[in-house]
Amino acid sequence: MSAITNPNVYNSPADDAIPLGQVLPWAVFGGMMMLLSIYFVGVEEGAMSLVSSNYVHEYVHDARHLLGFPCH
Amino acid sequence: MVGKLLVRGMLAGVIAAIFAFAFFKSYGEPWVDHAIAIEEQHSTAAGMAAEPELVSRSVQAGLGLLTGVLVYGVAIGGLFAIAYAFANKRLGVLSPRSTAMLIAIVGLVALIVVPALKYPANPPAVGSGDTIGARTQLYFLMVAASVLSATLSIMAATKLWPKIGGWYASLAAVCIYAGIVAVMMQILPAVNEVPEDFPAETLYNFRTASIAGHVIFWTLLGVAFDILRLLSEALWPRRGINAA
Repeated sequence: MSAITNPNVYNSPADDAIPLGQVLPWAVFGGMMMLLSIYFVGVEEGAMSLVSSNYVHEYVHDARHLLGFPCH
Repeated sequence: MVGKLLVRGMLAGVIAAIFAFAFFKSYGEPWVDHAIAIEEQHSTAAGMAAEPELVSRSVQAGLGLLTGVLVYGVAIGGLFAIAYAFANKRLGVLSPRSTAMLIAIVGLVALIVVPALKYPANPPAVGSGDTIGARTQLYFLMVAASVLSATLSIMAATKLWPKIGGWYASLAAVCIYAGIVAVMMQILPAVNEVPEDFPAETLYNFRTASIAGHVIFWTLLGVAFDILRLLSEALWPRRGINAA
């Protein structure tokens, strides 16, 4: 059976992929928001500090350890 | 289009994070408690006053853990969706489902497993406060190198695919990735701050729980992302991202 007649096989790569120009703004903005969230769970007060209290750091303490971020 | 995918990824991240939280709560927390008990024994023996608790242990192990894992899950789910938006229909014969699962597996290996080989997760009481800055930099350097070389090797595989076929293109990708990562691991310094009398059982079980929780998270992220795709296709056929 040829791949063209088989609807289960995808065989026109890149033809109807989302254009890169459309993905890029989302990737930049979304990527930054996502990395900021990961920063608050993974790094805040561990190595750097944005909020001037240990509260965020202590609140997600166990999550940070179990997710494998360096801590003390 | 990409916005819809982002929502889908974040939703899948929430679903996967709930399961990861349940796992961490049942199989990770006992070892965190163990490690904290050891830490307290040490500071009492050294005649130091107990550290004041800003957030109680029960909040840290419950709501705090849930919040942390959920925020992490949503963020990784969003990044997953962005990777999917780039990769879908650009990876030759891979269907949307296979693309999602490939990203999940590559994400697990490149973001978690390989960096953990060099810098494994540590329970409380392991790791000095004085070196936290350096250890954090090394860890993120390792993660960045691993993720970048994984992306690079997949791009190389898509270029090689039509010339040498899928099998050899995939083998080449694995070789490129393993090569770069091996060199990085050689260059970066080792970190070992486990106290000499720290029980091996606690350390081992903590690290196993950490990796296992991530395996659960990433597997379910890929599966949930694809289930949500099917759901969206059933609810809104031939519209937006589903019309292709």
